[in-house]
Amino acid sequence: MPADATFGSLSNHLLVASMVAYSLAMLGFAAEFSFGRRSALTRVLDRGDSVPVRVAGPAPARVLVGSAGSESRSGSGFEVPAGSSGATSTLPAGPLPGRGAGRPGSEDAAGPPGRLGQAALALTVVGWAVHVGSVVARGFAAHRVPWGNMYEFSSMVALVAVTAFLVLAVRERVRYLGAFVLLPVVLYLGLAGTVLYVPAAPLVPALNSYWIKIHVVAAITATGTFMVSGVVIMLFLLRARYEDRVAAGRPAGVAALAHRLPSAAALDRTSYRVTAFAFPVWTFAVIAGAIWAEAAWGRYWGWDPKETWSFITWVVYAGYLHARTTAGWKGRRAAYLGLLGFAALMVDYYWINIGVSGLHSYSGV
Amino acid sequence: MTELTTERELTTERERVAGGLSTQPSPPPPAPRRRRQPLAAARNAWRQLTSMRTALLLLFLLALAAVPGAALPQRGLNPVQVADYFAAHPRLAPVLDRFSLFDVFAAPWFAAVYLLLFVSLVGCLGPRIRLHARALRARPPAAPQHLERLPHTAGWETEAAPQAAVAAARALLRRRRWRTDVRAEAGGGASLGAEKGYLRETGNLLFHVALVGLLVGVAMGGLFGYKGTRLLVAGDEASGSFTNTVTQYDDFHPGRLFSGSRLAPFAFVLDRFTASYQPSGEARQFIADVRYLPSAQGAGGRWRPYRLQVNHPLTVDGASVYLIGHGYAVHVTVRGADGRVALDQPVPFLPKDQNFTSVGAIKVPDARPAQLGFSGFLTPTTVATPSGLASAYPGLRVPRLTLLAYRGDLGLDSGRPQSVYQLSTGGLRRIQSKTLAPGQTWRLPGGGSLTFAGIDQWITVQVGSDPGNTPALAASGAILLGLVLSLRVRRRRLWVRAVPASDGGTAGRTVVSVGGLARTDTDAFAEEFAELVAALGRSADNPHH
Repeated sequence: MPADATFGSLSNHLLVASMVAYSLAMLGFAAEFSFGRRSALTRVLDRGDSVPVRVAGPAPARVLVGSAGSESRSGSGFEVPAGSSGATSTLPAGPLPGRGAGRPGSEDAAGPPGRLGQAALALTVVGWAVHVGSVVARGFAAHRVPWGNMYEFSSMVALVAVTAFLVLAVRERVRYLGAFVLLPVVLYLGLAGTVLYVPAAPLVPALNSYWIKIHVVAAITATGTFMVSGVVIMLFLLRARYEDRVAAGRPAGVAALAHRLPSAAALDRTSYRVTAFAFPVWTFAVIAGAIWAEAAWGRYWGWDPKETWSFITWVVYAGYLHARTTAGWKGRRAAYLGLLGFAALMVDYYWINIGVSGLHSYSGV
Repeated sequence: MTELTTERELTTERERVAGGLSTQPSPPPPAPRRRRQPLAAARNAWRQLTSMRTALLLLFLLALAAVPGAALPQRGLNPVQVADYFAAHPRLAPVLDRFSLFDVFAAPWFAAVYLLLFVSLVGCLGPRIRLHARALRARPPAAPQHLERLPHTAGWETEAAPQAAVAAARALLRRRRWRTDVRAEAGGGASLGAEKGYLRETGNLLFHVALVGLLVGVAMGGLFGYKGTRLLVAGDEASGSFTNTVTQYDDFHPGRLFSGSRLAPFAFVLDRFTASYQPSGEARQFIADVRYLPSAQGAGGRWRPYRLQVNHPLTVDGASVYLIGHGYAVHVTVRGADGRVALDQPVPFLPKDQNFTSVGAIKVPDARPAQLGFSGFLTPTTVATPSGLASAYPGLRVPRLTLLAYRGDLGLDSGRPQSVYQLSTGGLRRIQSKTLAPGQTWRLPGGGSLTFAGIDQWITVQVGSDPGNTPALAASGAILLGLVLSLRVRRRRLWVRAVPASDGGTAGRTVVSVGGLARTDTDAFAEEFAELVAALGRSADNPHH
């Protein structure tokens, strides 16, 4: 049908346009990362810093509010920062700050914001909008949900990863992430548009169920956010190495790249927050998949290669979440588990769908 | 998973540092040394097993142990691929097989890993549940001596009396569902301890208990369930109907503790099967129109129609019927050399590729004077290729049946089992081969004939019942709920202390100090703390508000 073909090619063009926008934004973020002020990239907080928090206090009195530098708390227990006496500072009573604006570290907001980074962020939003258009057009071309094969799935995963980055960027200062998230996104889309591309077509009967809206959306959301968490974990490892080397007085080597990143503790917290969002979603995806499998194949769990690797991925990420709170595993060891989890997820996606014959061989490649 | 030991020790350690804030009892003193050796060793082993490090190691081993299950073909999933693997790697495969690597998920070592993991889990869940139950009943901790050492602090002065200031704070916090506890302090002051976020640990425990529940559900299915498959030819009275008894199955897998009385004797008949394909040959839709008779209806009951599709199983009498496969059956009429009809029925052929090139065998033991056998293949959309006839599309566009005829002894009486899709050619002599279109009759040299009457469709259905389904689903829901609670809820503590101002010129005034501590996500708590302090300040000045 000509209408379908029109939508199909519109979708393809929009995808290319969004890739161009993402690539340019990536360059912008990279330039800002290299040459911009560090304060524009992230909250500047160093170990032991004491940062005043603006709080609206009771009118008649002086307000004494203090907050110890959040860098020194690992966030895993009711602990008091060692060595820091939680200096309090006197502040005038002021309006209750909005989200983000008055949060710890906002003192650097005084200078003019990095134009380059803001342009890159704006470009990312444009790319994101065009990307959404591409996905919607694809849905019209195929007369169904636009996540029925690997090409479409990849496009959606990249969209979720960009969305996760944008949400993080709105909530806290994470522009340092821009280049590092957009690089895999562009590669992912490139791979999808070349190797995995298939024209729009109806679904095979096994996929023709409302569960595709539940199970696959959950899998896409989890995969996209795990992708962001994987990026942050890698940056954490780089930064942790940098901090160790600096502390030991040794040359930083490649890790010098990390000197503009937030502290390892902050990166660790961000990665945990992203993973702690993605993990329940992944759990839900696996459970929903099991319910669907029960309806489609007559058993909820059969150790099909896809099920097996999803289980492995789940177990490794569960290990990561546990390791983060276990003495002797915190920090780098836990981070390696997180990366292993992401590797398992990629094996689950590419190798199982393409290389292994199983019930999830829907790539159409 | 077994966060208990390490987490608790860490917490108490930290809380000692923070000024003895523990709500939990300090860990029991180490057992006296003079215990008998074996007992001590056993206790030590148990402590090791239930430690977090062991649990992490087991978790990691479990993931590792599952890898060969995906990387190598598995007998339970695809015995044909396993056979292919043996053929391709004649030396390696038997070695792998010795370690159960083709039956990973039934292997003793795999069971050992997950059972150890669950023992470790249960071993630490018990004490942990006790501790949490105690914490739920305990009073929130008393305010530490030095509130200003806490990570989040605030303070102000007010006109209200210390007791009134603390009471106002308590009222506000209780409205916000904090658990509070007020204590009088020396020198006319008062302090308030408050805690919130117990659901985090509740969710954590729920998650881990539900994991055990899931294992129980899976085990129930394996012990009491059953599963079987049956091939049905559409529109054929004899081979298109099914009654749910063990003998009616082609293939039946009962659970270890399954008893035949669990089979409800419902019946169903396949009337019609329709498969449609996209131009590319990909499947578009499979519809099996069946009629079924629930067992309670009795033989004279009313048959109900059902449209069986891939994602729409039929549920009847507690069992589920799934459409799991389909193919073509060639309807042939075979006459022996004596001219009598020896066979007149559809014979199912097995699809071998995406375009449904199907292979099979037609065995005619009743042909006289000699038995007849045919082996060959059906091509639904026939095209000629350099290597012979092939199918270019799964639908029936140009169907052709290519057969090789044999005469002699089919070997069916020898007692040796043989496949219905293959001829055992030992006692047979080849006669001739031919490609037939529907309707054509092939007269065999030496007498007898085969008429290719038409093509029927068959489906395979899986019938089964898994009593573990509902428990497993409930456990999965609990897992998810527990997980979200344990990852989203933050446990945090807040203390308010109000003391009369020291006589520095502000006599009659009260100094209020507030301290806060959060276990996780301290950034978010900083916001909440600031907002709470603002609210507390307002309520302290206007306690009746």
